[in-house]
This record gives sequence, structure tokens and C-alpha cells, in this order.
Amino acid sequence: MNIDYIFYLLTALTIICATMVVVSKHPIRSVLFLVATFFCISAHYILLNAQFLALVNIVVYAGAIMVLFLFVIMFLNLNKEVERNKSILYWLGAIVSAGCIFLMLVSSVGKVALTNGNIEKENYTLGLVENIGMSLYTDYLFPMEICSVLFLVAMIGVVLLSRKENKFTTNTVSNV
Amino acid sequence: MNSTIILNLMLWPSLIGFIINGIFGSRMSKNLVGLIACAGPLTSFVATVIAFFSFRDTSTIVDLYTWFQFTKNIYVGFTFNIDNLSMLMMFIVSGVGTLIHIYSIGYMHEDKGFWRFMAYLNLFLFSMIILVLANNLPLLFAGWEGVGLCSFLLIGFWFSNDEYNAAAKKAFVMNRIGDLGFILAVFLIAKTYDTLDFKLLTQKFLESGLNTPVNIWITILLFVGVTGKSAQLPLFTWLPDAMAGPTPVSALIHAATMVTAGVYLVARMFAIFDMTPFTQQIIVYIGLATAFIAATIALKQNDIKKVLAYSTVSQLGYMVVALGCGAYITAIFHVMTHAFFKALLFLSAGSVIHGLGGEQNIANMGGLKSKMKWTHLVFLIGTLAIVGFPPLAGFFSKDEILAVAFSKNIPVFIGLGLCSVFTAWYMFRLYFSTFQGEYRGDHHKWDHAHESPMIMLFPLFVLAILSIIGGFFGMPEVISEHHAIDSFLKPSIFSKNVFHVSHTFDYMLWTLTVLVLALVMYLTYKRYTAKSKSAYDAQSEGIGKVLSNKYWLDEIYELIIIKPLRILSDWFNRVFERVGIDDVIQSPGFVLQRAAKGLGILQSGSISYYILSMIIGFIIFFLMFIKK
Amino acid sequence: MYKPDIIQYISLNHYLILGAALFAIGLIGVMVRKNIIIVFMCIELMLNAVNLILAATSTFYSDSGGQVMVFFTMAVAAAEVSVGLAIIVMMYKNIHSLNIDLFNRLKG
Repeated sequence: MNIDYIFYLLTALTIICATMVVVSKHPIRSVLFLVATFFCISAHYILLNAQFLALVNIVVYAGAIMVLFLFVIMFLNLNKEVERNKSILYWLGAIVSAGCIFLMLVSSVGKVALTNGNIEKENYTLGLVENIGMSLYTDYLFPMEICSVLFLVAMIGVVLLSRKENKFTTNTVSNV
Repeated sequence: MNSTIILNLMLWPSLIGFIINGIFGSRMSKNLVGLIACAGPLTSFVATVIAFFSFRDTSTIVDLYTWFQFTKNIYVGFTFNIDNLSMLMMFIVSGVGTLIHIYSIGYMHEDKGFWRFMAYLNLFLFSMIILVLANNLPLLFAGWEGVGLCSFLLIGFWFSNDEYNAAAKKAFVMNRIGDLGFILAVFLIAKTYDTLDFKLLTQKFLESGLNTPVNIWITILLFVGVTGKSAQLPLFTWLPDAMAGPTPVSALIHAATMVTAGVYLVARMFAIFDMTPFTQQIIVYIGLATAFIAATIALKQNDIKKVLAYSTVSQLGYMVVALGCGAYITAIFHVMTHAFFKALLFLSAGSVIHGLGGEQNIANMGGLKSKMKWTHLVFLIGTLAIVGFPPLAGFFSKDEILAVAFSKNIPVFIGLGLCSVFTAWYMFRLYFSTFQGEYRGDHHKWDHAHESPMIMLFPLFVLAILSIIGGFFGMPEVISEHHAIDSFLKPSIFSKNVFHVSHTFDYMLWTLTVLVLALVMYLTYKRYTAKSKSAYDAQSEGIGKVLSNKYWLDEIYELIIIKPLRILSDWFNRVFERVGIDDVIQSPGFVLQRAAKGLGILQSGSISYYILSMIIGFIIFFLMFIKK
Repeated sequence: MYKPDIIQYISLNHYLILGAALFAIGLIGVMVRKNIIIVFMCIELMLNAVNLILAATSTFYSDSGGQVMVFFTMAVAAAEVSVGLAIIVMMYKNIHSLNIDLFNRLKG
């Protein structure tokens, strides 16, 4: 089986899954299709010889983020809520404008015209964990540290946001 | 001494006084306000005296700074001209001005707006000094407007009274009509002669010296300005109403200085008037008509200030006749003597009003000479001066005007002579009914009648002395070879007009004057010292009715000018204002309101719409780039 | 060692177009869906489209920078999702709906 067939198959699958995310009425289905899309994208990463990214994508996106989404949907019990669609005209406008964006991007892509790039200089081990790790902890050390600060901030933010509003906190504490 | 320094000393003190009094006056003591207010004109007067000894018979031009410049030649600067004419006017303005300031301290002392009054007076004096010293037409116009403004402010000084406000507005509007003529004349001059400088203009006038239609138009328009400011027919009705202001204002602005601005203007522009006989004819007849109408109206007025106001209008008519005859120096001479005796008369009338606690009706006066000795004396001097009793000031100047009129135009002379008789009549009537005979009014007031304080009497004495000796500056050739005013003003007004009358005429005129005056004095004494008030009642028939109603001039103006204007403006209001202007102006607002309502939908707060419009914006932006 | 033959058969343009398509689909979802959670998911989809392009470019240029960038994007996305979902939960507590059209208080 030739490798470009794999690519086309995978691409078709990705786009179908992505479309289903948008069109499916049920939120749970949307989430599941999104997970599928992420798996497809991970497969693309593997094709691109970016094994580390493929793994991280599955672990972070499909594993953590989407579970978070699912959790919120379950938590809010949204299965019952029936979403009323917007008007056809609005759909049409959205599709046309998104299509225009797509055409814009494609038309700018055409000018890049980079095919079968620097194969000779190709470093096949680029996407391996050790190489990514090396550049992360040497060249990109500072952004890496900033990332950890970002997570800390996000964590504090989330805790603050989801804290229970209790006006009598001090009273309760003293009673206890 | 440096001419710039002297000019600055002449020009600015009054403005400084105005600023200090205007800003801090309400918090300062009255004495300080009065002191500051008087210091301004006094400084100007002293500076004028210095200038008189330094720059006599020269024409010193001082250019302080540029105001604006249109073309190469039309340069308008704060340029001032100290020559003999402007110096003489400065003597009158600052001298009489100082006296009236001093008088005002006494007269207005009890008034709440004392500081405001003094500040206005200072501002008026500053404007008047600019007017007098200006070396180009726009600057003169600035002063001209400045005095108009101050006149408005001072007539309406007691602004809580609606009638006074109406009088102020009337004066302002009437002056505007004249100013329109003036400013049109300025434009026409700038266009035709390409300069606005007096000296150059005089030169150009003398060179061209043609009786062209343009020149006639210029002179007529200038004269329209004069009729406004100097209260000539048909624009004189504001002046009697202007007596609503405090008496010092009537004396300073509406008798001694501002109203003579028109005469001064014509004297300044004598060259162009000299070459347009047509306009001169108009001026003569307008002046004569004004003198006659005002004099006859004055015969029947009972308000002491109104009589003096109409007398002022009448005297201005004399001056204008002299101007029309080309006797500019004679007119200025009469301006000078008139400033002395009319200021004196007004101020002593003010003293009477002050002493009687605001009473102005002569029907309620009489016998005041026992109560007010000094006022009576100076009023008598003023009366004799204005009626032309030899050898007081009015005698010489009026005699000169009559001689000029005689040499030019006999009917005008006769008319003016008749006016002199009327003048004598109403002045003696005023004098006798006020000071002689028996008191006819309220006894309560009689008991409180008192002589004015020294601060008010002092200016009266000075003016009385000036009224006595003022005429000696311009004695006719019969008496003296030397005509001081004439030779003094010749360098400024070098008009070639010569007026010669025989000595016999002079003698005859004087004899006649004295005889007529004696006769009039006798008749008025008989008539107006009587106890009964019947002589003052408004007559219901005949000429008396016409006169006491002032020829119904105000009513006629109301009918032929104001009413049609009202109707016209009503029509404009209905048609143009409502339909045209209102709708046109409101339509953008209406459209905007509608558009805002329409666009308001866009600001729905809906995030999806926002994103959609953002994307459309992206696309448009991209397409704009792709075009290139 | 595994050799990625992909770059011999497939050009970078393919990946770019795929990324653009995914991006456009995500955009449609953002615009048309009313459920704010799905809108949020569509944003994730758009982020992934960009990630894909970054990774592809990195491989084709054999520069690790692109892949590191994807890693950071994921990190930021994770933080963003956690905070975003917390906000959504709070909003749901307030107005008891996830309809994006009801979150329209943001106007003058």
C-alpha cells in the first residue's frame, strides 16, 4: 500500500470527523467526533515523523482536554437541552465566509510551492522525544519555564472561579 | 521725549484703569476706584500737554504693531497719528473726560455699580482716544465701535429698568445702521484708492480731485456713518432716548465727545468731501433740517435732560452744516466750545437732579437759585454760552458758523438764524423755569434740596471758566488778526475753502444777536417764572401738539420701517426658518437618528454575529491586498 | 530506523490545504453553533489545524522549532480550556443556559 493512499485516506477521515463535530446535534457526539479528529491528527503526526507530538496530542488533547469537555457536559447535564438551529441564511453566510477564508488560505499556499524539500538534509530523528527534549531544555528553556508559570496561574484561576460562593465562610469556620 | 512713550502714555492709562477697576473694582474701596479711574484720563491729558509742546505743527506717526495687511498697500497697523487735529481732540476728550470722571465720583457715589460705572467710563475713554488718534480707517472704526459699545453699556447702566434697556438697544441698533454705511465706505475706499492710511488718502484725494460717482458714493456712505454716530436726521432719535443713562454719561458721551466723532471723521477726510459738492449739499441740508427739527422739539420738552439732548442734536446740526459748507475748522471749533458748555450744562443739570433727589421734570422745579447758588451760576454761564451771548464761547463759534453759512448759502443762513432764536428760547425757558420764579413741585423735595458736594462743583467751575474763555481761541478777524484755532489746525486740515464776510455783516449779526437774545430773555422770563404749571402742559392742538410729540418721528419710524420689517421677518420665520433652515438643519440629525437605530441592531451583543462580521472584514481586507 | 517516506510522495501544500480546511470547518462551527461548549470545541479544532501545519512545516524544513511550538500551543490550549470551562460552568450557574446568544450583555 502506497503511503500517499494512507495520507489521502487519513485526510478524508479527518475532514469527515471534523465536519461531524460541527454538524452533530448532540454535544456528546461532537466530543467523540472531536476525539476521533484528534486521533487522525496524531496519525498525521506519525506520518510526519513527529512521534513525540503524536503521543502528546493523544495524551493531552484526546486524553485530558476532551475528558474535561465530557466531564463538563455530563456535569451540566446538557443531554436534554435541544439546541435550536440558527436560520438557513445565517448558515449560508457562515459557510460562504468560511469558504472564502479557506480560499484565501489556499491561494496563499499556492505561492509557497515547496515540494519534496531538502530531502538530503532530512534529519529523521527530529521528532523523537530525545531531540525535542534537547531543544526544549536548551534553546527553549525560558518559554518552557514560563509555561509552568502559566499553568500555575491557570490553576489558581480555575480554583478561584469554581470556588463555592459562601457569604458566611468566617461564621461557619468559627462555628466549627 | 520719545514719541512712542508719549503715545503710550496717551493711549493706555484708561485701558489699565478699566482692567483694574473691571476686575478688582468690586472688592476695592470706592475712593480707590475713583482715584484709579481718574488717573487714567488725567495721565492722558498730561501726556497730551507734553505732546503739544513737543510735536506741535508736525504730524508724528507712531506704528505700534501690525494689525493685518491685505495687499502690499493696504497695511493696517496700530498706527497712531499725533498731529494738531488729533491733539486738539485729545485735549477735549481727555480734558473734559477727566473733569467728568471727577464729577462722577460725586454723582455716582451712592450707586451700587459705582466701580462698574467707572470701569465703563474708562473703557469709553480708551476707545475714544483710539478713535481720535487712529491713523487709518479700520483702527478708527475699532474706536468707533468701541465707543458705540460703551455708549450701549452706559445707557443701559441701570439694566434692571426695561425702558433703559430699550433705549440702549435703540442707540446700538441706530448706530449699527450708520456703521454699515461707514464700513461700506471703508471697503469702497480700499478698493478705489488701495490704501487706508489717512495721510496717503488725503494725498490721493487731493491728486485725483475728481467729482466721480465713486467719490460721491464714498462720501455719502461716510456721511451715513456720521448721521448714526453724530445723531443727524434720520438717525437722531436714539440720542434723546440715550438720556436714560446716568447724567455724567449724557455729558461725556452724548454731548461732549462721542457724538462729535462723526464731525471729527469728516474733518479727517476733508479732502474727499471737498471734491464732491453734491454730497456737501446733502450734508448742509441734512444738518439744517436736524438743527431745525431738534430745536423746535426742544421748545416743548419738560424733561431737563431731554431739552439738553435735543439741544445737543441741534448743535450737532450746526456743526454738520459747517462741514457741508467746507468749513471744517469752524466745525471743530464748535465741537470744542460745545464740549465745554454742553458738558457744563449737563453736569449742572445733573447737579440739580442730584440735589432734588432724581426729579427731572422742569414743571416741578423753580426758584432753585436760592438753594443752589453755585449750580445756578454755572448753569447761567452755560446757558449764555450756548445761546451765543457775547463774549462767551458759543458766541464766537456760532457766529463763525452763521458767517460761513451766509457766505455760502443765504437760505441756510436764515434757517440757522431761526434755530438760534429757538435755541435761545428753549435754553432760557429751561433756565428760568429751573432756577427763577417760585418752586412748583413737591415741598418734601424742596426741603431736602441741597447744593452738590465740592467734588461735583469743581469740574463745573473749570468747565464754566472754559465756557467763558473758550471762544477767545477763535475770534473773528474783525476783533483780532489771529485766529488761534484756525492757524493751529491748518497743518492738519489744509482745505483751500475761504469764507469771507464783510465787517458790516459781522457787526449787524452781533447787534441782532444781542437784541434778539434780550427780547427772548424778556419773553421767557414773563412766561416761565409764573407759579402755574399751565405753561408746561402738553398742548392738544396746533403746532404745539406736533412739537410736544416730537413730530411723531418715532411713530413714523415704527410705521414705515419696523412694521414692514416685522411682517417680513414673520414671513421669513414661517417660510424660510421653519421649512428651509429648520428642516435642512434637522435632516442630518434625523438621518443620523434613523441610521443609529438601524446600526444599533448590529450591536446585538451576539458573539456569533460578531465573529461572522469579523470574518467578513478579514475577507474584505484580504481582497483589498489581493487587488495589488 | 523508520524513514518517513511521506515527504517523497506528498508535498507540503497538501498539509497546508488540509490545515486550511480544518481551520475553515472549525470556523463554521464557531459561527453557527449555539452551544458555547461546542463553540469552544471548534476553537480547539482550529488550534489543531494550526498545530498540524506547524508540525508539517517543521518536518519539511527539518527544523525542530515548529514542533516545539506545537508543544507550547498544546500547553497553552490546556490552560485555556481549563480556565474557559470553569468560566462556562460559572456562567451556567448564573443564567442556567449554554446558549451563546444569551450571553449578550456585552454591549453598550
